[in-house]
Amino acid sequence: MSKKNESCLYGLVAEFNNPTDMLRAARRVREAGYKDVSAFTPYRVEGLSQVLGKRKSILPWLVVGAIFLGFGAGFLLQYYTDVISYPLNIGGRPVNSWPAFMIICFELAVLFGAFTAFGGMLIFNELPLPYHPVFNTPRYDLSANDRFYLCIEVTDSRFSLQRTKQFLAGLGPTAVNEAQC
Amino acid sequence: MITESLPKRYGDPEQRPQGETGASRPKTATDRISDIVLTLRTPGWWWLGFAVSLALLLSLVYLITMIFTRGVGIWGINVPVVWGIAIINLVFWIGIGHAGTLISAILLLMRQEWRGSLSRFAEAMTLFALACAGLFPILHLGRPWLAIWLLPYPDSLQLNPQWRSPLVWDAFAISTYLLVSLLFWFMGMIPDLGMMRDRAKNRAVKYFYGALALGWRGDAVHWERYHTATFLLAALATPLVISVHSVVSLDFAVSLLPGWHHTIFPPYFVAGAVFSGLAMVLLVAIPLRSALKLQNIITLGHIDAAGKVMLVTGLIVVYGYAMEIFAPIYTGNPSEWALTISRFTGTYAGAFWALLIINAGLSQLLWFKAVRTNMGMMMFISLFVMVGMWLERFIIIVTSLNINLQSSMWREFIPRGFDYLTIIAPFGLFFTLLFLFIRLLPMIPMAETEELLHEKGLSSVEAEVATSGD
Repeated sequence: MSKKNESCLYGLVAEFNNPTDMLRAARRVREAGYKDVSAFTPYRVEGLSQVLGKRKSILPWLVVGAIFLGFGAGFLLQYYTDVISYPLNIGGRPVNSWPAFMIICFELAVLFGAFTAFGGMLIFNELPLPYHPVFNTPRYDLSANDRFYLCIEVTDSRFSLQRTKQFLAGLGPTAVNEAQC
Repeated sequence: MITESLPKRYGDPEQRPQGETGASRPKTATDRISDIVLTLRTPGWWWLGFAVSLALLLSLVYLITMIFTRGVGIWGINVPVVWGIAIINLVFWIGIGHAGTLISAILLLMRQEWRGSLSRFAEAMTLFALACAGLFPILHLGRPWLAIWLLPYPDSLQLNPQWRSPLVWDAFAISTYLLVSLLFWFMGMIPDLGMMRDRAKNRAVKYFYGALALGWRGDAVHWERYHTATFLLAALATPLVISVHSVVSLDFAVSLLPGWHHTIFPPYFVAGAVFSGLAMVLLVAIPLRSALKLQNIITLGHIDAAGKVMLVTGLIVVYGYAMEIFAPIYTGNPSEWALTISRFTGTYAGAFWALLIINAGLSQLLWFKAVRTNMGMMMFISLFVMVGMWLERFIIIVTSLNINLQSSMWREFIPRGFDYLTIIAPFGLFFTLLFLFIRLLPMIPMAETEELLHEKGLSSVEAEVATSGD
């Protein structure tokens, strides 16, 4: 896993001790033209994702779609069983008692939406992923509230070990480390 | 080399920034919360509490075995009071669960910061309370193995659920609630599990949290999506939680019995649920914060705010009582009259007066800030509110069935030994799970707490100092 040769370098990781410095540094990194940049923080830092040039997630729209799908599935389930599969006259009520069907439609809408929100978060984030090179960064520890990591990956076209390291060191980090894959 | 020009902090313990070495470093919020799980020696009270809970849980196993082997005749139920303690338990425990979702979802949408430190274990309480609640409708069926008939599945009898029945709605509402609460709780914990993984020293412990954290690495893009997903789940859980106790109340309101056939029931049940749920949250939170020295994280402000919400929901419940008495006066329905008079003067009048005194009277003490910030008083009120709300469900279920539409059918419900066991046994399941939870998982959201402290411009060490006056 952690062979110490350069071909197996994942990226250079600059460590900052507060989110404000990190945000400023991330902006400078982007201005310098780096594209394959990622950041790792113990808690959400507002605006960091936008600074890194990432687009907004489409997750909300998927969830809206899932809600309608769930509602429709709930209605079809009840309509099929009550009207098509086995119509049964109970106290003279209409077979298609749609007002009474609404509660189960609602519950299934919420259920589909919730599973989409959770599943979508995992799938788009490519989790679960047990191994990631950033875990090899020296001092990598999400539980420390004073460590924020900014990583320029080797895949970036502007990446050069010397110059990128020099550039990162100029942004005021507490450390610049190499993450091996 | 470039690294030469950097401060040589890494790898040199002497020059590590403050907060790196163990001994001299002031404790952050994350330290306090994770230490409870990772480094604290299991305290004596934990073993004691766990042992008592486990014993009660065993009594629940005994109870279930008896129900399965002897049938529901071991309870004091009979026609017309066919819904005894089991259904009271269902309503009571679902109600307790509601506070967790209220704190975690509704207050998240309203951006109420105080919810933060209470949210995780309130959500856990929701799950454990639902585990207790979900058992009883199945156990009271008499033939519990036929509970699967509530689910739509292609069976050989071509048997479909009766979609017009509130009991089927209930099955859907409660199982949806359980699943959504589980997702919400687990998702909220993922970043914290990543923190626990990075903090754990023991290899097995690291694997345990590592597996549960699903490889969370704090990527900025992941955080953004995670944040969106959390809000979406909260937005879905909010109408869901309101629907669940409303649907439970429809089990009653859709029938024609006096005392049940009221349109006020759904909001009245939801308010009662939050009222009793917050009482349970406080009953657990207040001893925990002193036992685990979390006074700086679960502050007086949290208890105070929870007290205010209890007051408001308590007043809605009182309005519900008033409407229940107003209905017979306004409609002149003789069955409703008979029921109301029986509640005030009949067999169960003691329980009715007790619930009025507690829920309408005692809870008015919450108007005073001095009471809301007095831990002893809050424990006292919460304990009584739990009793009061339990009695409320007893009165709603038992008296309406007892004083029903036909006076020749009036029979009382006399609880037997197994009924009393049914009251206390689920506490064993609830508290066993709760004790395991506080020992194994971070009971307060760590990442969220740190983010909040950062937004307020405080480092978590400063926050310790700033709030240590509590």
